[in-house]
Amino acid sequence: MDHRVAAVSLRNITKSFGTILANDKINLDIYRGEILALLGENGSGKTTLMNMLSGIYYPDEGEILIDGKSVVISSPKDAFAYGIGMIHQHFKLVDVLTAAENIVLGLKEPGRLNLSAVAEKIRQICRTYGFEIDPNQKVYDMSVSQKQTVEIVKVLYRGADILILDEPTAVLTPQETEKLFAVLRNMRRSGKAIVIITHKMHEVEALSDRVAVLNHGAYVGELATEKTNAQEMTNMMVGHQVSLNIERPEPVNPKPRIEVENLSVRSIDGILKLDGVSFTANSGEILGIAGISGSGQKELLEAIAGLQPVEKGSIRYIEDDGSAEELVGKDPLEIEAMGVSLAFVPEDRLGMGLVGDMDLTDNMMLRSFRSGSSIFTNRKEPQALAEQVVEQLEVNTPGLSTPVRRLSGGNVQKVLVGREIASAPKVLLTAYAVRGLDINSSYTIYRLINEQKKAGIAVLYVGEDLDVLLELCDRIVVLCAGRVSGILDGRTATKNQIGLLMTQTGGEDEHA
Amino acid sequence: MFDFVSFIPRAVVQSIPLLYGATGETLTEKSGNLNMGIPGIMYVGGICGVIGAFLYEQAAGESLNGFLAIAIPMLCCLLGSLLMGLLYCFLTVTLRANQNVTGLAMTTFGVGFGNFFGGSLIKLTDSEVPSIALSATSSYFSASLPFADRLGWFGEIFLSYGFLAYLAIVIALLTAYVIRHTRVGLHLRAVGENPATADAAGINIGRYKYMATCLGAMIAGLGGLYYVMDYACGVWSNDAFGDRGWLAIALVIFTGWRPNVGILASILFGGLYILYLFIPTGTNLSIKELYKMLPYLVTLVVLVLSSLRNKREKQPPQSLGLAYFREDR
Repeated sequence: MDHRVAAVSLRNITKSFGTILANDKINLDIYRGEILALLGENGSGKTTLMNMLSGIYYPDEGEILIDGKSVVISSPKDAFAYGIGMIHQHFKLVDVLTAAENIVLGLKEPGRLNLSAVAEKIRQICRTYGFEIDPNQKVYDMSVSQKQTVEIVKVLYRGADILILDEPTAVLTPQETEKLFAVLRNMRRSGKAIVIITHKMHEVEALSDRVAVLNHGAYVGELATEKTNAQEMTNMMVGHQVSLNIERPEPVNPKPRIEVENLSVRSIDGILKLDGVSFTANSGEILGIAGISGSGQKELLEAIAGLQPVEKGSIRYIEDDGSAEELVGKDPLEIEAMGVSLAFVPEDRLGMGLVGDMDLTDNMMLRSFRSGSSIFTNRKEPQALAEQVVEQLEVNTPGLSTPVRRLSGGNVQKVLVGREIASAPKVLLTAYAVRGLDINSSYTIYRLINEQKKAGIAVLYVGEDLDVLLELCDRIVVLCAGRVSGILDGRTATKNQIGLLMTQTGGEDEHA
Repeated sequence: MFDFVSFIPRAVVQSIPLLYGATGETLTEKSGNLNMGIPGIMYVGGICGVIGAFLYEQAAGESLNGFLAIAIPMLCCLLGSLLMGLLYCFLTVTLRANQNVTGLAMTTFGVGFGNFFGGSLIKLTDSEVPSIALSATSSYFSASLPFADRLGWFGEIFLSYGFLAYLAIVIALLTAYVIRHTRVGLHLRAVGENPATADAAGINIGRYKYMATCLGAMIAGLGGLYYVMDYACGVWSNDAFGDRGWLAIALVIFTGWRPNVGILASILFGGLYILYLFIPTGTNLSIKELYKMLPYLVTLVVLVLSSLRNKREKQPPQSLGLAYFREDR
């Protein structure tokens, strides 16, 4: 369609892992001065394809051309040499080193290591593109967005002019995302080729020039961003018609279920993580919790589940008949035994919720192994439950005896959410239930959560995608540095409003 | 009045094996390898030096060449400890065996190796006592500067040691400099902290782990050599080296993985080790046994305190003790 020479051309790239075909004869062109969005569901092979460009994997078949010349990229070093830099979804930074040290890591510059010269060069890059970082700051002191900036500067420092970003906005606030986009647009203007992998349609629309779509390892096609819309892209990605509207049924007979009053929690290091938090969660209602990651979301859910010692304040569980029971001071087992079932989907889905080396059945048993009176555990029920979860949620697994660690991220999450919902809770606590999930799996999870809401359960939904929070939740509590900076009505609130509340504690509480 | 002029030199000679061990272990741990085999490696270093010296003394008879008398035991010692380091790396890096188990097995092996060959040599010499004396070789190792005696307390405290003692301090300073200020050191730290990141940055993980661990083993081995040839005046007797290797590992934590701090810290530990000799206890010898506990008590206290420190720089390398496998998720 045009006569420009592509910065990178992939021709018939094929890659398989064992019996799974991750990429099947993919053809793709990447041009300078253009932002290409790579779309696809989880496991559709986007990251695999880009990893072959950055030298992490090596293609089984096919050819990579850079500026029209055929090249072999067999290691990350080769990729640097061709000016390809990838910013991975999980940052590859060493915590105890400074930004500058991380940036020069692995570089073989001539002469002795001169960190002040490195710092000067970093400042210059920052000025050119509008970044803000301190070269001498330690990485463990940085926020997620600062870490990401370091990653981007790292590839620019190496002279990359072909940048690949793997879900860069997954961890950013709307304001940080805007900043990142501005920087990316600057780079496009200076003639760099940029590929961005994302699940978020509105970002594709806001940023990219072209969209390429993968589905189950195969290349579906490409579109000019101006001439398409979210619905068309989603259909291409999933392969069939999908409804993009998250339904929000009216709350059925909402009654206060959990009352949190003036709750303060201090971490082991003595840092105040929650500071005088108060709100009420109603039955039959989804209460969204928004905030920059690390604003106390984890501590809040853990305090309610009895996993965090509470400094002061109260958490009351209110029965249907109006009688209240105090949850603070009870241990998680007591809370469960009282008939208060809290289901918890931790932020780190494998860390706390599932045991990676155990199979599906055994992971189901983690919830039920205490029941029964004999000294032997009952394996039949967990197995039936595992079968049920696999079937209902379309978990893609070789079998029930597969260790959970071997499943892909989305499937792990389905197992976790499925198990928590199966315990028939009165209150469902979820944190980042769709983190890293593709659009189809995410919608399955939203549907499940909505079903719980209709069944009269009080749902606390900690999320990071504000668009989803606004579409799904009835009310939204915004946390900022451990304080409630606002409680908004999900039907009337705007994204900007929430974004501002996320970064500042000011303002009156707007009770909906 | 406490006799510092005789106390400090004795503390220093006690400290040198600890310093070698601690420097070697620090270098090793910076690469993410927790080598619990250090005590065994120090034994092997010591006995290999003894074997080299023994064979050379037998071959040369009365006319020892000063250079060879030092070079042969040193080379034997370095070779022996290098082989131990290679064995450890092969098991833990290439085959990804458990580092703790491998290290402990190597300590057991090293001590047994030392005692076996020590015992054999003692048998060969038909000695009356269960030890073997290599005083001729030792005189070269423990030779101090000729004018040191004439400088009074200054010479006593600073100049009365054999060359290996100064070498230990030089190596410790050098190691600290390399780790902190050079590209190689930066890469090494990255390997120990986060090998996946280092790998993605194009650093050869296996090579850094092998290099650091083998160099570390050789440095630690010199500690064993110093102990026999200088401190013990060339006398090898089985099990005499004792538990200094474990103290060296404790020192690594005590110093917060900084070999330059290790110089003073090892002298402190060396001093605690012999303090019982300088505290008058009269005829009640059992009290002395209690004083001998001091270095171990301090080790315990230090381990408790260091676990309370929460400054990130003073924590162990993050992937310490973990094998790295690129395709592991």
